[in-house]
Amino acid sequence: MSEHAAVGKLKGKFSGSVLDVVEYRGETTITVKKEDIVAICTFMKKDLGYNFLADLCGVDYLGRAPRFMVVYNIYNVTTKDRLRIKVPVEESDAKVDTVSGVWGTANWHERECWDLMGISFNNHPDLRRILMPADWEGHPLRKDYPLQGPGREPYQGRHK
Amino acid sequence: MAFTETMTVNMGPQHPSTHGVLQLILELDGEIVVKATPHIGFLHRGTEKLSENRTYHQIIPLTDRLDYLAPMHNNLGYVLAVEKLFGITDQIPERAQVVRVMLAELTRIKSHLVWIACHALDIGAMTVFIYAFREREFIMDMYEKISGARMTSNYFRVGGLSADLPDGFEKDMRDFIDVMPGHIDTYEGLLTGNKIWQKRIMGVGEISAEAALDIGLTGPSMRGSGVDWDLRRDNPYSGYEKYDFKVHVDDGCDTWARYKVRLLEMRESCKIIRQALDKLKPGPVLADCPKICLPPKQKTVNTIEGLIHHFKIISEGPKPEVGEIYQGVENPKGEVGFYIVSNGSPSPYRMKIRPASFVNLQALPQMVEGRLIADVVAVIGTLDIVLGEIDR
Repeated sequence: MSEHAAVGKLKGKFSGSVLDVVEYRGETTITVKKEDIVAICTFMKKDLGYNFLADLCGVDYLGRAPRFMVVYNIYNVTTKDRLRIKVPVEESDAKVDTVSGVWGTANWHERECWDLMGISFNNHPDLRRILMPADWEGHPLRKDYPLQGPGREPYQGRHK
Repeated sequence: MAFTETMTVNMGPQHPSTHGVLQLILELDGEIVVKATPHIGFLHRGTEKLSENRTYHQIIPLTDRLDYLAPMHNNLGYVLAVEKLFGITDQIPERAQVVRVMLAELTRIKSHLVWIACHALDIGAMTVFIYAFREREFIMDMYEKISGARMTSNYFRVGGLSADLPDGFEKDMRDFIDVMPGHIDTYEGLLTGNKIWQKRIMGVGEISAEAALDIGLTGPSMRGSGVDWDLRRDNPYSGYEKYDFKVHVDDGCDTWARYKVRLLEMRESCKIIRQALDKLKPGPVLADCPKICLPPKQKTVNTIEGLIHHFKIISEGPKPEVGEIYQGVENPKGEVGFYIVSNGSPSPYRMKIRPASFVNLQALPQMVEGRLIADVVAVIGTLDIVLGEIDR
């Protein structure tokens, strides 16, 4: 399959930022540097028409460096085209600039990402926990979070 | 002297109109809502975390419990995502695809029936509730015949269906879609011309197309704001491209527009079901992928290969390649998406569910602020939220 049209345009504009492009099952995933995420998202929305942020989430690759990935599943309502953007995030600096200024819907998605994955978002208008209670400690979707709850040995899994 | 202090009140988590355990903190100036802050998470069950420790087949029952008013749709989204991940999307038998579409549309009617029942009840029209639940009861009976359960159907499987349709199902279904449009006329007769109903929802909960896109509304809530977008038509799955149906859009942007869109969608679903019934031909209902799909019980107990495959799939689980996929489907409430990251193990490394209600609820504050407190009830109803899906 040929390269996604948006990839060339993105590379042309942000040549130094595109780290990796993967094509899998007809879906394109672009990994970019986290410093440029807001500029890239603004470009994707304003110039390439990706006007809809379908989903935003964090993935914890424990044991890898950088440890986290923040994933943006974006969609172009006019051309009905999907694209995925990822940014690597270091554990020591688990912060990404918010894209809630680009797509308002990112607000709650980023709150959820902070709540469950412990990645915080710079300049976010309202960064509070959303699903867990306000006084909860830890971030449950992290791979090193004890599966059976705090204070218990981590679950070893059925496939150890 | 005028007294101008605002008052903060709790609406929920135990309030009849919040459709579950949703808490709204409302700052009121008299009867006007100055600020609305939703608090969610009371029903959080950690579905995503649970999924990371189960095989791909074991996750299907968890998806029933997301949007429990439309369980088959969640099943559909999930199995489509897993089929994409395993690369068996093109091997799903025709009959399974048709049955999936038919039941997905039946589920859409079921979910919309709860919407119209509760939405009208919240606003004070009790009769519609009784009628709509009568029809819903019929659909629940159909669910029971198909899957053995009235709500948590757990019927779709990776690769097809768990079993073929029961005898006499097609006739029941035809009888149902013959009478259903008449029932919709009844609801419209009770509501559309009703002055109180009109006054309560016309011009209430307005949101423009740009604002709806920005905040991420999907489904009928978005189409009621004039955005012509439906995943069934625009990114077809399960063979939706072979059906002739119309996507209804209304640019009224208010609760009235969303009311009309949903009613038309129910009628459209009846048409899709009729087309699906005409397309329904005898044939297998499970893909021929023995290393991925659970074999039928007959095969498991009568053949040695079936037994081995069953044992391997149950005890270990099928392993996809390393990769990541996203699959979105048009649920009754909007786009529900499954983003699955696989590291080659028998469980998803990470599974993110994109819930429609979660994102739709986010639009609530901007739709009610500056309006009367009574409009909050109408807006919760029109957004058609389900807390099981919001909190996951």
